[in-house]
Amino acid sequence: MKHLLYTLALMVVFSCAENKKEVALVKEKVPVFNFDELQPLLSKDNDTTYIVNFWATWCKPCVKEMPYFEKINTQYAKDKVKVVFVSLDFPDKLETQVIPFLEKNNIKSQVVLLDDADANSWIPRVSKEWSGAIPATIIYNSATRKFYERAFNYEELENELKIIL
Amino acid sequence: MKTKSLSILMFFCLIGIATFSSFKITEAEESIAGYTIGSEAANINLKNVDNTMVSYDNYPDALGFIVIFTCNTCPYAVASEDRIIALDKEFKSKGYPVIAINPNNPEVQPDDTFELMQEKAKAKGFTFPYLYDESQTVHAEYGAVKTPHVYLLQKENKKRIVRYIGAIDDNVRTADLVKERFLANAINELLAGKEVTLKETKAIGCSVKQ
Repeated sequence: MKHLLYTLALMVVFSCAENKKEVALVKEKVPVFNFDELQPLLSKDNDTTYIVNFWATWCKPCVKEMPYFEKINTQYAKDKVKVVFVSLDFPDKLETQVIPFLEKNNIKSQVVLLDDADANSWIPRVSKEWSGAIPATIIYNSATRKFYERAFNYEELENELKIIL
Repeated sequence: MKTKSLSILMFFCLIGIATFSSFKITEAEESIAGYTIGSEAANINLKNVDNTMVSYDNYPDALGFIVIFTCNTCPYAVASEDRIIALDKEFKSKGYPVIAINPNNPEVQPDDTFELMQEKAKAKGFTFPYLYDESQTVHAEYGAVKTPHVYLLQKENKKRIVRYIGAIDDNVRTADLVKERFLANAINELLAGKEVTLKETKAIGCSVKQ
């Protein structure tokens, strides 16, 4: 039995780099991705609806709307809704600002940090509508995909989600 | 229990592999208000940090303008400050001075009051005007939605035509790692009498606070 477990564990580790990062997340670490590594999170094709929010600790409207995303993540978990926060903080601020911020505000949703300096190359790959200003949000599932360059309050976010669910 | 969680991991892993190359983008074409390439930029008349009023007419000899919407504390704007100063140094003598405009409403973003703009300009030794958009209309007219946001204007028959919109270069965070100087390349092309090759770029920025 033990051998089987080790074999399985090894298979998981070696077969899927993305999964390795998800395992690291469980250990309450914020993985640092370049855009190619982030991209799978923006294009999952399963029965879950994903809300991907681009934010930064220095972005006041982003910080203001985070509790609404957190609430959605909890309230709609039963409807297979998952919130992912993508931090655009500079990576040297991960330990000093991002993680303390997440701990202080008790953020439970998944958080990753996007470290990819050449934004001109990846912003259009997130959405052709995106100017690059944050906050910005994608709500998508296997059937629908919508992009929003704006801030939300809870009702607005819930309404958009209900349209897509 | 362990076996179960590992099976779940395997399941997600397989889904991850299956969807790895299926990234989809919606092709929505929404027109964003403001200037586009080829637009004629209206004149400005804004208060500078030295309390004088600045308009494009103050520069009769200029060939054009590097108009940069920026602000006091946005990390992307702060990371760009030295490069903006360097651009003014490099291109003012060639006919393209920098005009910096702070589009933020200080009632919404208290870090961007006129007094703090004056302090910023003094502390950094800005060699260019740093203008306060008191009516908060100029950024909307241009279509600037974030800081920093660059508009390169070229004078043509007394009009100011938009030739480039976007980022200063391809690495906001680290000047040393810049591979492509989008804005400088565009100005050099105009100076050489050529058409700008890369007319628009995208960059992460702080949304304009209104």
